[in-house]
Amino acid sequence: MNRKAQGIVLLLVGAAILRASLTDLYLRYVKAGLRPLLLVAGAVLIVAALATFWYEWRSARARRPAEHEHREPRVAWLLVLPLFALILVAPPALGSYAADRTGTALQPPGDFPHLPAGDPLDITVHDYAARAVYDHGRSLGDRRIRITGFLTAGRQGRAPYLTRMVFNCCAADAQPIKVGLAGQVPNAVPSGTWLVVVGTYTSTQIKDDINGGPIPFIDVSQARQIRAPQYPYEI
Amino acid sequence: MSTTEAAPTPVDQRDAGGRQGWQIGSVEVLIMVLVLVVSLQAPIRRAAAAAPAVQSWMTVFIAVVTQALPFLVLGVLLSAVIAVFVPPALFTRALPKQPALAVPVAGVAGVVLPGCECASVPVAGALVRRGVTPAAALTFLLSAPAINPIVLTATAVAFPRNPEMVFARFGASLLVACAMGWLWLRLGRTDWMRTPARPSFEDQGKGAAFWGSVRHDVMHAGGFLVVGAMAAATLKAVVPAAWLYTVAGIPVVSILALAVLAVLLSICSEADAFVAASLSQFSLTARLAFLVVGPMIDLKLFAMQAGTFGRGFALRFAPATFTLAVLVAALVGAVLL
Repeated sequence: MNRKAQGIVLLLVGAAILRASLTDLYLRYVKAGLRPLLLVAGAVLIVAALATFWYEWRSARARRPAEHEHREPRVAWLLVLPLFALILVAPPALGSYAADRTGTALQPPGDFPHLPAGDPLDITVHDYAARAVYDHGRSLGDRRIRITGFLTAGRQGRAPYLTRMVFNCCAADAQPIKVGLAGQVPNAVPSGTWLVVVGTYTSTQIKDDINGGPIPFIDVSQARQIRAPQYPYEI
Repeated sequence: MSTTEAAPTPVDQRDAGGRQGWQIGSVEVLIMVLVLVVSLQAPIRRAAAAAPAVQSWMTVFIAVVTQALPFLVLGVLLSAVIAVFVPPALFTRALPKQPALAVPVAGVAGVVLPGCECASVPVAGALVRRGVTPAAALTFLLSAPAINPIVLTATAVAFPRNPEMVFARFGASLLVACAMGWLWLRLGRTDWMRTPARPSFEDQGKGAAFWGSVRHDVMHAGGFLVVGAMAAATLKAVVPAAWLYTVAGIPVVSILALAVLAVLLSICSEADAFVAASLSQFSLTARLAFLVVGPMIDLKLFAMQAGTFGRGFALRFAPATFTLAVLVAALVGAVLL
């Protein structure tokens, strides 16, 4: 790949990164906190591309014959792959396919702070699951809780799970937190559909078939389909 | 692996035909590829949407590349600054004359590079070009991604109930890095390591040299980062997670398994502590092995090292690093954890 082609690739990769971080696209793959770094990286790549064009143009004008034409390794061509994936396909955040293959990643939290007012009260899937399993629902009581996640297949012939992916760094280390649905379970909703569920604590609990992790249940009174939220992951 | 043919051509090798300026070929090929892919956009999207495994693969692939890119750019900028603006004599003066002493000093100096391993390879390459003794540069290469403040903080955050994990990681990583440096002093041969190839920027202005270095390193290291990201995405999308839970039950096997997993997953060292924390079926020692091996040798790093220092070097350096890292991690784990 010669310098001019490299300049084009740098420009396109920089532009793709800038576009992804100026919209909400980057939230499907990495943390919100990475945004400033992504903006800087995209800008640096674009400046590097412009500098490449500028120095190419200048040396072409100067007609220096023995200009250091140095071809980069062919592996540099691979940089077009993330470009295509990001610009043309822009795959969604990890969903039911990844969740079905991974055991629930619920870990005991440090403590259970008092829940604020609100009815129904919005909390994360992770917060509900942790309070249900490790606090035995004590801090949940009989309050109406509202959680948001996507539907994944439950055990054979049993009710489905409401699942949310959590990650610490980027989508590469994403793991699911699963909550079983009981009560008014919406039927004929395909796996992967995003739902807002209102329900109350129930002591039912099973073990994940994959890793034996605890899966608490929620007694559903209402369920409503929504579009994928802006922040697909709980962090 | 496709990395074998990816070794860069030597710096001074020019096109035999004496062609001037750029080769017209690669710009045209690139534009043709772009036009082709854009015109096939709709079928590609449909195909991806129909196969959740492919979608999942792509998401992980983009995630790894996106997460690593800012740190790669940071390392590339730092490497260009070293190459262009820092006088060569500085490093040789700053390090002790005795190579055996320069090794631990370089190892501790790894604390100052707040990046992950993607950043440390280009920086180590720049150090070797600047006349730093290879043993010291290699020690820096191994220690910097594992013991810098960002990575240690991430480790502390990921293991809130095991602060000893931070000390174990710091100690074991520094020990392995220094041991590899000394090992290179004793056994290493200069013809194993190809001095990092790179066009000479000496006779150009500082600006041209700086941006030439940035362009070269991004294309180079970026290409290898893509190879690593593809490997990690394939592993994540293909290997059933249930296998892991079986392996975790056997002590020695679990250490080896996590060490191999660290190599295969190629996760950035800023991120690996969180992945290790999530592998809660495994013992702390096994997870320490994951944290010590990962920043020192993985698929992506191997590809990047082969590209920077030559395949002959990487083929010798990587297995030695792996073995030493596993042994030291097991020992330190037995003492501290």
